[in-house]
Amino acid sequence: MHMSDGLLNAPVSVAFLVIAAVGVGFALVKARADLDDRTAPMAGLVATFIFAVQMINFPILPGASGHLLGGALAAILVGPYVGALCVTIVLVVQALLFADGGLTALGANVTNMALIGTATGFLVAVALRRLTERGKGGLAAVAFVSAFVNTVVAATGFVVEYAIGGAGGVEIGKVALLMWGLHALIGIGEGLITAVTVTSVASIRPDLVHLLRGNNTGFGSKPLEVRS
Amino acid sequence: MKKFFLGFALVSLLIAGVLSYFASGDPDGLDKTVEDAGIAAHAREHPLAGSTFADYALGGDSRFTGLAGALGVIVVLALSFGLFWFLRKKSPRNDLADK
Repeated sequence: MHMSDGLLNAPVSVAFLVIAAVGVGFALVKARADLDDRTAPMAGLVATFIFAVQMINFPILPGASGHLLGGALAAILVGPYVGALCVTIVLVVQALLFADGGLTALGANVTNMALIGTATGFLVAVALRRLTERGKGGLAAVAFVSAFVNTVVAATGFVVEYAIGGAGGVEIGKVALLMWGLHALIGIGEGLITAVTVTSVASIRPDLVHLLRGNNTGFGSKPLEVRS
Repeated sequence: MKKFFLGFALVSLLIAGVLSYFASGDPDGLDKTVEDAGIAAHAREHPLAGSTFADYALGGDSRFTGLAGALGVIVVLALSFGLFWFLRKKSPRNDLADK
């Protein structure tokens, strides 16, 4: 979902660079509380995993593909603030090292995938958190739904940005229908990848799943063992 | 604990270094939207399109996608681990160890 330069006009691109900078700055301040000697390495690995999985475009229709965005995945595993930073790091490396995602478009891309995607994924996951008390299936369902919604809402970010200052003056209804239709399909893939990843981590190290922390769930209720 | 982190890193390396060869080359949802809506002509070429690892290749040669992916894994791991380790709240035990 990385947009190139030129799709949004200059003022809107700059405005979203500012919005992204404010959002990432806020996340930097709030992330500290969620980072300690145990969760900091985990956060680094979550960012790395999202980078790797974003390389894997999966087919959704003839001539169209999609890839993981990772917002819900990151929010469930390391919390919303650290999660937003994870996705931001991935997007910055992709834009600067691999010419993937425009430079003036970086603000809008960070806003959509790192800020909107992660916040949405987190809010949905927290709203459904009670389901995780049912064990692995419940956690998988929470992960799937929050990831699906994260994808569709992040896609809506682009629709809104295009409506405010998109190039070409294409009717917004057409852009919205295409984005929502395609990203509903991509969201299924995002949901499956997120569910498999989160339940895998939870079966090995439930203490490292942010969403399960301090929760009387089938996973988190296990006494934490300190292994070295 | 170390085993888990090592495993997680290795899985990422395998996905970016090997599985990446099997990724679909078709446009993603946003690019497809841009194409089908007739906005694609407005997209500008990336300012760094000529750079060494542009498009997850090596000098434009996509036979090296796995190498570019592995490099990306190392760069993202180093940057994110560095940032998060710097930002973390230090545990009292470690403060003592530092002294």
